[in-house]
Amino acid sequence: MEALTNRVQEVSRKPMTFIERLYIPNILKGMAITFSHMFKKQPTIRYPEKKREFSPVFRGVHVLNRDEEGRERCTACGLCAVACPAEAITMEGAERLPGEENLYREEKYAAKYEINMLRCIFCGLCEEACPKEAIFLSETFAPANYNRTGFIYGKNELVIPNPLTDPEGFAKAKGPARSN
Amino acid sequence: MTLLSLDMLLVLEKLILIIIIVFASLGIALYTTFAERKVAAILQDRPGPERAGPFGLFQPLADGLKLIMKEEIIPSSSNKALFILGPGLAMTAALMTCAVIPWGSTVHLFGREIDLQIADINIGILYVFGVVSLGVYGIMIGGWASNNKFSLMAALRGASQAISYELAMGIALIALLMTTNTLSLREIVNQQMAPGHLWNIAYQPLGFLLFFICAMAECNRTPFDLPEAENELNFGYHQEYSSMKLGFYLFSEYINMIMSSAIMASLYFGGFDIPFFDEKILPQNMAALVGVGALLIKIVIFIFIFMWIRWTIPRFRYDQLMNLGWKSLIPLALANMLATGAWILYHG
Repeated sequence: MEALTNRVQEVSRKPMTFIERLYIPNILKGMAITFSHMFKKQPTIRYPEKKREFSPVFRGVHVLNRDEEGRERCTACGLCAVACPAEAITMEGAERLPGEENLYREEKYAAKYEINMLRCIFCGLCEEACPKEAIFLSETFAPANYNRTGFIYGKNELVIPNPLTDPEGFAKAKGPARSN
Repeated sequence: MTLLSLDMLLVLEKLILIIIIVFASLGIALYTTFAERKVAAILQDRPGPERAGPFGLFQPLADGLKLIMKEEIIPSSSNKALFILGPGLAMTAALMTCAVIPWGSTVHLFGREIDLQIADINIGILYVFGVVSLGVYGIMIGGWASNNKFSLMAALRGASQAISYELAMGIALIALLMTTNTLSLREIVNQQMAPGHLWNIAYQPLGFLLFFICAMAECNRTPFDLPEAENELNFGYHQEYSSMKLGFYLFSEYINMIMSSAIMASLYFGGFDIPFFDEKILPQNMAALVGVGALLIKIVIFIFIFMWIRWTIPRFRYDQLMNLGWKSLIPLALANMLATGAWILYHG
């Protein structure tokens, strides 16, 4: 049979030589290898004190964004739900009433917006689909929960803190990489 | 009329010595478990335990506490008396060895000359061998009383391994004893300390190698830890044990390691002798203390080598173990003994 790659190595079936059968030289060789590992750098990151940097393209839990005046950007157009390959997003739109102009940016808004974090695959397609830059994936991940219903995130969990009343929470939710 | 006149001070002195040595061995064993984990970690590029206390130094205490707090389970189908006896026997046998090890030379205290040795009996080595063989009963009884097939199989393995390797160990030792002409450990150490006399490793290198391999097998250390081969016997002879009984088994392994290191240091590496240094220029008590330190350093080095080997070499297969013991070590030990005898005949 012809070899598929040129990396095939013939297994040596030669009987062991006397030195090999002595076993001790090979043990010493092995011990030298393990000893050399005493001086290697440890790759360990001591977790609670030091956290590993996320990759710049890390995609975490979704955030529903607000504009500079603290108004929700989402217009409940449903493009994110359509784009979602896992069908994790559901929403209900509602019409903005007079006097709510400081809450919602456009005349339609999402009265209900839910993402099931157990379904979500964090692909980021919703972020790409959104025409209003209303949804983006942050740099945190969904924490553990005791029951499944806890993983269905509603507007309470998703909408970013108001930049006017809570600028620190806003900056934190936006994440360092996206703070520009 | 007194048939047996006892020097009460001698009894007191020995009692204090026993307490110090037993607790020191236990303390060292405690930290040997810590060292084992640390050495394993460092050899594998990990940090190892470092959370409990500074540098993780309280880790063994936490481990001990955890073992004590665990529920103690005695299987209903086990032989209860033997089940309890097993770990105790293993621990006792491990600790009994320390009686004949000369931990240092003589200390002058309160007008008395105190040997830093619990009992300088003239058959010290034989005593060690007897006690070490007793250690197998701990494994045997524990494995058998558990009424578990894996435990029993592990116990059988442990027993056959101990017997096979004790033979080679004994024969390797005979060669050494032919050169020393004494069975007393203190005298063997004193001979090595004498000026112009090298350590016994120089006269018996092959004997030492054999003794070392057999000691490793006797302590059930990897690569000879077949009695607790997890991948084939689940957990080995202490599978049914929990709480501090399990702790005793695990602990006795470390004490065995310390004792065999001490014996190897005494037999082949000059015991409490400091190389290239004449202890006589120091004051007596100082020399004794420095000697104890030297012996401890030798023990630590041996323990490190034990661990180093453990984290380098995988476990033997059972037939490999028996082949090595019976077909390699015993003939080698016999050849070593014959060569030594011939050399003594020719030169002596």
